[in-house]
Amino acid sequence: MATSDTLPSSGQTIGLDVFRYRPEEGEGPTLQHYEVPYREDWVVLDALNHVKDEIDGTLSFRWSCRMGVCGSCGMMVNGEPKLTCAAFLRDYYPEPVRVEPLNYFPVIRDLVINMDDFLGKLDEVKAWLIPEETKPVSEGEYKQSPAELARYKQFSMCINCMLCYSACPVYGQHQDFIGPAAIALAQRYNLDSRDGASDERAEAIFSHEGIWECTFVGECTRVCPKNVDPAGAIQQAKIAATNDWYKSVLLPWGKR
Amino acid sequence: MRSRQQAVTAGSETREYIRPMPGGWWMKKKTYLAFMARELTSLFVYALFLLLLASRRHDTDLFAALLDNTFLTVMQIVALPMVLYHTITWFNLTPKAMVVWRGEEKVSPFLIAGVNYIAWVVVSVVVVFIVSRYKQG
Repeated sequence: MATSDTLPSSGQTIGLDVFRYRPEEGEGPTLQHYEVPYREDWVVLDALNHVKDEIDGTLSFRWSCRMGVCGSCGMMVNGEPKLTCAAFLRDYYPEPVRVEPLNYFPVIRDLVINMDDFLGKLDEVKAWLIPEETKPVSEGEYKQSPAELARYKQFSMCINCMLCYSACPVYGQHQDFIGPAAIALAQRYNLDSRDGASDERAEAIFSHEGIWECTFVGECTRVCPKNVDPAGAIQQAKIAATNDWYKSVLLPWGKR
Repeated sequence: MRSRQQAVTAGSETREYIRPMPGGWWMKKKTYLAFMARELTSLFVYALFLLLLASRRHDTDLFAALLDNTFLTVMQIVALPMVLYHTITWFNLTPKAMVVWRGEEKVSPFLIAGVNYIAWVVVSVVVVFIVSRYKQG
């Protein structure tokens, strides 16, 4: 244990097995073991910061807010995708904790993954508000009732942490799958009464790489730290797409 | 999107490490296993159904013999818990797919799943009624 540690500690320690990958050393990844002070109120991110500050400054990982809203500290903790700022050591103690980068994403270094694929998918589904008609600021805001807000509010809680992608075996096997968060966010805007661009999103999310790739494993919903329920969003989109299809085929005045 | 990703990789000297998905991934986590069980139970029951259908079309006597065979009884005893598992896990998932709004509130998921169970009971009673009448007649 580091002697320079000034915070009160019980003297107990907990083991951290951390995934290390340093491409410039030309080797594959390894698991490195660290012993860190065990404290009841510490989360895995605290333990990683302790390693970085006191034991081994070469360890790389992403973090920012420490309070579950920035979505940057997602990692695999004992094989489960977790926000490390919300994964308490006391839930694992006295067993050691294995920390690895988020599953299915390419690893740049240690616990840092390349998230370009996910960011590209957000672009693909146009995960932003596109009003049917843009109006000048002088005409005021786009009004919305509480009932209209309720329709999409749950899906708008997404913090882009990508835990759902790391939980999804479909994404693990088919990287083309648009995936849980991007589809949930597309639904978020499709269901927004101020938005008028669901047709523009249709090609991306109603394609084979979109909702129909999903087999409803439901892991995305289970691991989501914000209760967004991406699995629900995808199944609801499937029903909406099916209804649209029947309408377009059966009703002569249906769209298309 | 893909072109941008390639540009990033080509422009930098970093070599990214890709972790392949391990075979047998679904055996390594309870929740994955529960999902696969849901999928595979339907395959078993579907295969049994196809067997009956094929034998009926192929040869009526063979079909009759099959119905009296202990093999089919055993298969049906195996199939029953599978059907129950598949049905119950699916019914419990329906509130995720079907969301009914009452103003600002979602209709309770228990109600949505409950409607499925009620329909299940009603259909079962109708089937039992038809079968028992047919047997008497």
